[in-house]
Amino acid sequence: MATKTYDKKTIADLIDARLPWTEVKNMMSSYKDPDRFDKYLEILQESVPWDERILLPLGPHLFIVQKAHGEIVTKSRSGFEFGDYRENWKLKARIFVRDTNEKYEEIYPHLSHADPEWMELREFYDPIDGTLLYVEAVPPGYPIVHNFQPDIEAFYRDWLGRAL
Amino acid sequence: MKIVFSTRTFGRHSKWKWQQDKGVIMAEAAQSFDKPFDKAQESLRAESLPETRQPIGWAGKTLQEMIAESERLLVETGHYWGVERLSLKEGDPIRYEKIWSRLRGGIVGARETALNISASPIVREIGELCFGLFTPEGDSITLSTGIMAHVHTMSEAIKHMVRSGYETDPEIHPGDVFVNNDPQLGDVHNADVMEMLPIFYEGEVVGWAAGVTHETDVGAPQPASMPVGTTSRYEDGWILSCQKVGTHDKLRRDYENRINTAVRTPFYWLLDEKCRIAGCRIIRDNVLRLIQEEGLDTYKNFIREVIEDTRRAFQNNLRMMTVPGTYRFPSFMDVTHAIDRGRMPEYAAVNSLMNCPLEMRIGVDCSFELDVDGAGKWGYHSFNCTPSGLQGGLWVALCQTLIPNDKVNDGAYLATRFNTPYGTWANPDNPAVSNTLSWMFLIPCFTGMFHGLSTAFVARGYLEEVVAGYPFTGNLTQGGGPNHLGNPNGAWSNFEHSCCGTSARYIFDGETACAAVWNPEGDMGDVEAWELLEPLLYLGRNIRPNTGGPGKFRGGLGFESIRMVYHTPYQVMFNGREGHVFQCSGLFGGYPGATGYRHSVKKTDMKERIARQQDYPVRDVDPENSQVEAHVKGEILKDQNLYHIPDPHREYDLYISLLAGGHGVGDVLERDPALVISDLNEGYLLPRYRGSIYGVVASQGQDGKWVLDAPATQARRAEMRQQRLARSQSVEEWMAQTRPRVEKQEFIEPVRKMYRQSHELSEKWRREYREFWGLPEDWQPAQDI
Repeated sequence: MATKTYDKKTIADLIDARLPWTEVKNMMSSYKDPDRFDKYLEILQESVPWDERILLPLGPHLFIVQKAHGEIVTKSRSGFEFGDYRENWKLKARIFVRDTNEKYEEIYPHLSHADPEWMELREFYDPIDGTLLYVEAVPPGYPIVHNFQPDIEAFYRDWLGRAL
Repeated sequence: MKIVFSTRTFGRHSKWKWQQDKGVIMAEAAQSFDKPFDKAQESLRAESLPETRQPIGWAGKTLQEMIAESERLLVETGHYWGVERLSLKEGDPIRYEKIWSRLRGGIVGARETALNISASPIVREIGELCFGLFTPEGDSITLSTGIMAHVHTMSEAIKHMVRSGYETDPEIHPGDVFVNNDPQLGDVHNADVMEMLPIFYEGEVVGWAAGVTHETDVGAPQPASMPVGTTSRYEDGWILSCQKVGTHDKLRRDYENRINTAVRTPFYWLLDEKCRIAGCRIIRDNVLRLIQEEGLDTYKNFIREVIEDTRRAFQNNLRMMTVPGTYRFPSFMDVTHAIDRGRMPEYAAVNSLMNCPLEMRIGVDCSFELDVDGAGKWGYHSFNCTPSGLQGGLWVALCQTLIPNDKVNDGAYLATRFNTPYGTWANPDNPAVSNTLSWMFLIPCFTGMFHGLSTAFVARGYLEEVVAGYPFTGNLTQGGGPNHLGNPNGAWSNFEHSCCGTSARYIFDGETACAAVWNPEGDMGDVEAWELLEPLLYLGRNIRPNTGGPGKFRGGLGFESIRMVYHTPYQVMFNGREGHVFQCSGLFGGYPGATGYRHSVKKTDMKERIARQQDYPVRDVDPENSQVEAHVKGEILKDQNLYHIPDPHREYDLYISLLAGGHGVGDVLERDPALVISDLNEGYLLPRYRGSIYGVVASQGQDGKWVLDAPATQARRAEMRQQRLARSQSVEEWMAQTRPRVEKQEFIEPVRKMYRQSHELSEKWRREYREFWGLPEDWQPAQDI
């Protein structure tokens, strides 16, 4: 099986949602390109306004990065640092909770949203630019969910075959 | 007590003791392919009474010995059947692929051919069927498209028969037909009935052909295939627990007689049986022809090698596409039987909230574990699940995520583990719970897996694979009563919910009215087909605005069906979907798809309107400005209680079914304004939400088309970002405000009960809950008031 690979422009177009559906479909139906991660990181690194090295993207606006002195933190595209990457970044975000019908109905028509006594929507914003980073739908009183705790060291060492 | 139900432990099966009856032994006659099969059956029957019967497994082993050896070798070597080298694949890859294609193609062909035998729209129109080929021990080798969840539930049923000693009692012969729809043994719910036929070659079982279809009615006290409001297995209808129901490839007459008395729609049930048997026979003939041409040893080597090949492919994909770590994505479902007080037992007529705190763990050793530790308790409702059902759900999710491009079989399943804590809804400690609608909890549960994997795909850059899961597949419309064909005991299960909107991708909006998690190639079915079966007319079927979750990319939209009860004095009808809760979140800032609500108009003036040729409703559109209510007079039933016992409707009553849209991805303020304008012009977005959700400033021209004001939109969005920061607070402040309410559990009873149950059933949940909220170690959730 020949190893599939894509040029950097194709990956950049994919990230920016500029790739036509037919090409995306072909990507989905093909075996994966093993060099995707490195090209992806390179493109993302060029797109952010700061210099810390991206180790792992967590979403369109969130990244785990390594600072100059080696500390690994979660950082947003706007430059806000949420602290140690092992901690839940949501705890350092701004939060707005939709827990009344009035707040729900800015987004959903009447009867088309959760009952606020059963469930609330927690919106987590970037403290610098107000980007909506995550919407959490949970019953009132539910602990804030730590969605992803990557084992970065093992990932780099054992799966990518290189040190952090 | 925890039971880890996995390929390596099979803890749940230990209770199935079987007695080896060495006195019942039968000699097998050799069967060759050039011998007509029916004659081979006859010769076998003639020789079936001798005193000694050889085992029907390979090399003189029983099937039970084979399954034990298979499991031992997997544990000891880490490889399926100890296959360390893929010698056939490496030595003759073209032949290897050719064999695969013939087996796979034969099964797909069997499905496409056999479904024409069925008369049920659920099977013919929607494609609610699936076939599979299994090893003698019950591991899937290859499968057709369709309701793929059952590839593994059928595997569980075959394994149950093997473990339980069916080889000696009731015995397994060529041409035998076994049927199962028991979720405790291998199924999701008893609506899905499976046929399993052994494939013999020269006296040995070389595999099993199996097929499943979804029935129209299961003979429960309430009509239809997935009754709501059942409180125990004894109300779930007809359950066949791996029974031998046929010989010589035909159903026994006593079984056919029982079909006629057990369910309300025996015509459909019987033709579905024949559909499944026909499909299995096509598969069997294809396998026997292949063995004849390729040789028995090659076939035997191939089926083990291809499963090991898939197990490795799964682990390779895991390593290629994901990141080791822990992923947590909880989901929820409301159960609303409090409205049924007086009509259900008091202990069952309560509201509940399902907690599914799904944790997905990917190990650096390419292990893949799912864990629902912290899940709530089972209940006196229809939505409990069995470990078998969860395995089915896992399977259908794997097919669409980590192994879509490889050979799809049980190899992927063998590389996974699933912890389903005992006593929870996922593994009840009461064997008599009701399971008729297990999907109501399963679908939210596996949405969490889609979210976890999508998070991993974003981390690795495989953005083309990212999707915010599936929405809940509802509204599920079912009912029964005297029908338009003169049957006083009609029953029907409408399956247009096979076409809910799918969730957004990282780079595209979701598809509108497209698919279901359990049948990704589902079809909504023509209205004419449903009208043949159901005494309800379709007055309209339309794409429904604002049903997809908002986001940079929005969820695909659901649709609405406006139904009128017709040519019947009355029908009892159900709804089925989430109402008080979102089943889960969107992803990366996207919002979840809209919830549903039930909506009927009773005692209408439709008869008079039709007689006077007046306008009547063909669409509804907006819950705050219902077009149905504007065009008909009657008593309006409109609330969020979507799980209830059957609700009577009379002729000319209207029933509005709202089909779900998918979840969103990304920040709404980053949505291309041109897409918002397009949605406005297509009627996919109610105009009043263009500003409050998306910050889009637009005006409507005289031609009715919306036109964007780009500078004003840019300014409005900047303003909205500042408003977000102004009205939000730090999490620290919010937690300090919220903690007293948590400590006192000042929530409605279903929420309190959910926390109480999770605390009772999971030490891990207790510890993490107390730690998060800074509660004292002796803190306990409030008891029921």
